[in-house]
Amino acid sequence: MTSADSTAKADMTAQLDPRARGERLAEEARAGSRRALARLLTEVEARTRVAEVAMRILYPLAGGAHLVGVTGAPGAGKSTLVAGLIAEARATGRPVAVIAVDPSSPITGGAILGDRVRMQQFAGDADVFIRSMASRGHVGGLATSSVAAAAVLDACGFPLIFIETVGTGQSEVEVAAVADTTLVVQAPEMGDEVQAIKAGLLEVADIVAVNKADRPGADRAAANLRAMLTVGVSRDRAMGDRPRPKRPDVLLVSGMTGAGVPELLAALDRRHAARSDGSVPGAAAGDAARLKRAEAQVAGILAERLWDRLRDGSLAAGTAATLSAVAAHDLDPYTAAERLLIAAGGGAADVPGGD
Amino acid sequence: MPNTKERPIKVLIAKPGLDGHDRGAKVLARGLRDEGFEVIYTGLRQTPEMVVTAALQEDVDVVGLSILSGAHMTLLPRIAEGLRAQGLDDVLVTAGGIIPDDDIPALEAAGISRIFGPGTTIREVADYLRASARHRDA
Repeated sequence: MTSADSTAKADMTAQLDPRARGERLAEEARAGSRRALARLLTEVEARTRVAEVAMRILYPLAGGAHLVGVTGAPGAGKSTLVAGLIAEARATGRPVAVIAVDPSSPITGGAILGDRVRMQQFAGDADVFIRSMASRGHVGGLATSSVAAAAVLDACGFPLIFIETVGTGQSEVEVAAVADTTLVVQAPEMGDEVQAIKAGLLEVADIVAVNKADRPGADRAAANLRAMLTVGVSRDRAMGDRPRPKRPDVLLVSGMTGAGVPELLAALDRRHAARSDGSVPGAAAGDAARLKRAEAQVAGILAERLWDRLRDGSLAAGTAATLSAVAAHDLDPYTAAERLLIAAGGGAADVPGGD
Repeated sequence: MPNTKERPIKVLIAKPGLDGHDRGAKVLARGLRDEGFEVIYTGLRQTPEMVVTAALQEDVDVVGLSILSGAHMTLLPRIAEGLRAQGLDDVLVTAGGIIPDDDIPALEAAGISRIFGPGTTIREVADYLRASARHRDA
């Protein structure tokens, strides 16, 4: 393996205080240490003070990368397709990072993270960085951690970042939706046209990849999707301020054979380019995605901070009593929330970097 | 609501070498999931380089290697060495599979901290990992 890590000794930063450790990890990760980058991502995932310090350094340096959300039903072929896209991007020398999210058990907190299985062929390539992430049932939603991780990877020199999630729940759809571009992977056996016009996953798609093009029926599935997804979506008819469904491109690909993958990467690149040079329709949509991303991150942190404050120290007992009262139906949840908000409002003692 | 400040232990389960029997590795991965671990599963036919890269990028606490092919004396020390070369000295390395007792001292000397033979229960593995893996506070 060739990387700045080869001379690294055991983690020398472990004994440092959070500020120094965050600064050191950010600096080393920026300089190309993959181990520092990996450790930093662990801090980001656990939302520690170390991560906060590092984010203050790295976030302003990020923002240039193309963040592609990849989602779709289990077994649609997301990981295999992402592996194909990595290979294609590496052919032109672009570094690529992947954040692969799998669900945590709500019961035990455990998780099986299995997306790497399809991407192990890039082990010798220091410019491919793959990180699995368990959803961990965070208060502020999954979007906060995965988007923060993407910002770190962005600042550390990865211009193309895939965030892969299983598109089966609201939070996963949200993650895909806060990316610059949302790629929905669909298997040919998706059901009839009515499935395509149901609300949900396909609505957030910028590009729909009908995968497994090598299978019979893939052509027809793509044609059906094209017909259903574009019908009734008119650009010139004024819809006022109402949110408007996207008008996704539908591409036929095969992650396994590689057919259509170059075209898919080109389509992704076009979207990014259109946004960057401010031409054509992508621009406004891009700003909206970035604003949504900012909102998801800040809202997630706010919710977590609020909860932490209510459950720690002097407020903990009052919070527990309020929750018990709601559980016993002695207090309604709205009044409870109001009281807790007021209780949490006093003092901003532990806001770092204030003033 | 799970406590966000508690970090689950991250375990990489990999099958180095060429044998194609991964049922044991999958059962263990599943069992450790139920014990509350985050398990990264990399699948069959892993080279030492693949295992080391995955351990590095995922920042795991434990690397668990399943090997039934008989190539353990070649592959396991190479993985342990590769991890050390990347500065991952604090990662716990364990192995399981068909490994003769006579080979165990040499493997332990090479940096494999524990070898789990046939008949080991998932609970035993989980207890050992909880007791021995590095602990990182939030």
